[in-house]
Amino acid sequence: MIRIANGQGFWGDWLEAPVRLVEQGPIDYLTLDYLAEVTMSILQKQRQADSSLGYARDFPPLIGRIAKIMLDRNVRVIANAGGVNPVACAEAVRKAAPGIKVAIVLGDDVFCRIDEFLAKGYQMANLDTGEPVTKIREKILSANAYSGAFPLAEALATGAHIVLAGRAADPALALAPMIHHFGWRETDWDKLAAGSVAGHIIECGTQTTGGNCQVDWQNIPDLANIGYPIVEAEPDGTFVVTKHPDTGGRVDSDVVKEQLLYELGDPQNFIAPDCIADFTTIHLEDIGPDRVRVSGVRGRERPANLKLSISYANGWKAIGTLIYSWPQALQKAQAADRIVRTRLGSLGLGFEEIYTEFLGSSACHGPVAHTSPDPPEVQVRIGVRGHDRKAVDRFTRELIPLVLSGPPGATGYGEGRPPVREIVAYWPTLIPREEIRSSVKVLG
Amino acid sequence: MKVPLAKIAHTRSGDKGDTCNIGVIAHDARHYPVLVRELTADRVKAFFGDWVKGKVERFELPNLGALNFLLHEALGGGGTISLRIDAQGKTFGAALLGMEIDLTE
Repeated sequence: MIRIANGQGFWGDWLEAPVRLVEQGPIDYLTLDYLAEVTMSILQKQRQADSSLGYARDFPPLIGRIAKIMLDRNVRVIANAGGVNPVACAEAVRKAAPGIKVAIVLGDDVFCRIDEFLAKGYQMANLDTGEPVTKIREKILSANAYSGAFPLAEALATGAHIVLAGRAADPALALAPMIHHFGWRETDWDKLAAGSVAGHIIECGTQTTGGNCQVDWQNIPDLANIGYPIVEAEPDGTFVVTKHPDTGGRVDSDVVKEQLLYELGDPQNFIAPDCIADFTTIHLEDIGPDRVRVSGVRGRERPANLKLSISYANGWKAIGTLIYSWPQALQKAQAADRIVRTRLGSLGLGFEEIYTEFLGSSACHGPVAHTSPDPPEVQVRIGVRGHDRKAVDRFTRELIPLVLSGPPGATGYGEGRPPVREIVAYWPTLIPREEIRSSVKVLG
Repeated sequence: MKVPLAKIAHTRSGDKGDTCNIGVIAHDARHYPVLVRELTADRVKAFFGDWVKGKVERFELPNLGALNFLLHEALGGGGTISLRIDAQGKTFGAALLGMEIDLTE
């Protein structure tokens, strides 16, 4: 049996979590998932501004903090912290922890190969809209294939303390040590599916140990000290989901079910880089306090294509807010919105979209919101987006004047004008697997 | 007997681009057939009204006593394009808990 933990569900997750995971009990592998689809766009912008950036900057100082205990306890780290610049990330890790050997998995970054792919006839059509990538060719900022667990397992075989990847698929981080440790082969579809399910269960960190859980949420113990998830994996593909003793949170089949369904598409076709998993075969069993056993997972042959994540520049946006109080808070907020829209219209500013929502009334649930007839306060939140940066910038000056010239009692303007942000949008597509050639580079 | 979905199920929602997924899980496996009968894709689409511009797909997971819904074109463009406060659809699952369903066997 090997213990695989996840100490980071996204970039920005709790900084103490990985430290606690290595300190508070036994684990063999610590996975850290830093990348969401939106994150790649952010990292890409950072690399544009400074070519030595473009990775999860929390990662090197974290390794500096836990390097000694990692070595003492023989804990190995597998992380996709490399983002769009894994080599720079590895170099920063080596500066923070000179004794640490890092194996970098390369090959997911295909930004420089887009024209080569187009010349080969790959349309790289958007999976959501069907449009060919030529529509946005000139605006592409990054392109990364979701690579699987086998290159990560190969990197583990080098004996490195840290395996560092760019856009490795989230579930692959947990599957890789199982492949490495148990010697699973590329055609062991059921086992690879089980390992991918394990990865899916822990990839969002505490969403599987009681965080963001609806069931009896008021009584989930000690969320302030919530334990991050650990999988105890067996060579036959079964595993137990748990957390360290004496940590907060709760692991039971209700919580695990919520996480299994999180961001799920067709449950019979959970497409991972290394297999297709059938979530309708998963069997869960509560076998003790904070212990859920998972078995029965069936898988099928891996898909011919890998998912390719392309980011591209898609204009500008800004979002501004004002708050109105009782009485008639909603009516005041609605009047403010009408005034702003009238003024934007008179200025002749063109936007692709102007979107208004009323926080405290209907922003989250729209037409099904349980609105109160006269809420104590309402925040009007107006967003615009478009390709004319000057127009978006001008919009940011149109809210604050309402404090003096609009409905009575506007407040909540203390942050000043809202920032104009570039929209780095996301283009999901596919690329034939054989086009992606992974390699491993070892530092130290 | 009509009750809100919250009486018999819990949910978790998330995003894939402009598509919102909602997992609906029966607290008690006995109620899974009620979910299958009451929570049709058409009813979920009607419940959300113009909040969901595209189609609603439903998938069954009897092994977990759960249904998975995909609400297409539901997040104002999704990802970084969306101007919504809840561009990732995190609160859609909670919204569905208010849907009235018939518990009568």
